[in-house]
Amino acid sequence: MYVIVAGGGKVGANVARSLLRMGHEVTLIEQRPYRYERLEEEFEHQVLLGDATELHVLEKAGIARPPDLVLAVTGDDEDNLVICQIAREGYNVAKVIARVNDPRNQAHFELLGITQTVCATSNILGLVEHEVPEHELVHLLELRNENLEIVEVLIEGGAPCAGKRIDKLNLPDGARVISVVRAGVAQIADGDTEIRAGDQVLAILEPGKEDELRRALIKAPR
Amino acid sequence: MNVVIIGSGRVGSSIAKLLQSEGWDVTVIDEKEEALSRLGANWPGGFVVGHGMDTEILHKAGIEDADAVVVATNGDNTNIVIGQVVKKRYGIDCVVVRVLDPARAEFYAKRGMQTVCPTQTAISVLAEAVRATQKQEVTA
Repeated sequence: MYVIVAGGGKVGANVARSLLRMGHEVTLIEQRPYRYERLEEEFEHQVLLGDATELHVLEKAGIARPPDLVLAVTGDDEDNLVICQIAREGYNVAKVIARVNDPRNQAHFELLGITQTVCATSNILGLVEHEVPEHELVHLLELRNENLEIVEVLIEGGAPCAGKRIDKLNLPDGARVISVVRAGVAQIADGDTEIRAGDQVLAILEPGKEDELRRALIKAPR
Repeated sequence: MNVVIIGSGRVGSSIAKLLQSEGWDVTVIDEKEEALSRLGANWPGGFVVGHGMDTEILHKAGIEDADAVVVATNGDNTNIVIGQVVKKRYGIDCVVVRVLDPARAEFYAKRGMQTVCPTQTAISVLAEAVRATQKQEVTA
């Protein structure tokens, strides 16, 4: 596979190194001269000095072949977005992945059609959320292209769903209980599965249905 | 008519003052509070301190009611992204974006963006000035 990695910071350099070890062909692009010099010692001809948002730099890196994958992992969200757009729309690169530095910019990437993104800050916050028990709905997974998300809910004693069968719950349209974890054992949920206090329930839902799901499963909305 | 101008450098601030004098309701966004001074003493229009990528700042500047938006910060890619976001999210038809790199200006112009490239204008004007000299010598 041929991969262009735009941005030779810690993320870009480590990804490039790993891809090379896996036997892939890589060109790494870095615009800061002092950083480029260090990278050149390791990557030699596989690193290119230049601004990866400039078309002639991308062409020098072989964007017209086109590569199988372009990774835009600079520290600048606008640069990453533009690199992805140029690669995809200008050179028909089939797969582009962008790093999002500021999670507030995530919506801009989606609006402009760059749906494959990685945001370290959001990932860390997701982990924090998972560790904080007060949060009632823990986001486990976001299926962005499918517009669905999977959440985990701990059912406490006194919750409206405790002791009820799933088909008797007033679940909102666009939400399903998919699994019940009881005493560490997970089972696939169906209509006659009864939910008990202490269960951990996994549900799949459309974004925006969180409040309705919360009302159906656990007590008062926060 | 309302216009929001993002970036209050030499270009943005001059356009702001010009349009304001022509009767537009002008709101300027700039990251730096000092940029307000470029608009002259007693600037009668709006001024919001913040980044044009931030939707809260855009909202504060009244982007929902804007008839036109001029994007002229000092970053080409920032301008390109803000220009697209403003057009797509708020449905504003008249969005003009300054892009200094002629290659990127052309790339996005082909995709429907209204780009203005001062570099390309300078190239054309300078080349034309040189050609004019050549013609004069030929006729002389």
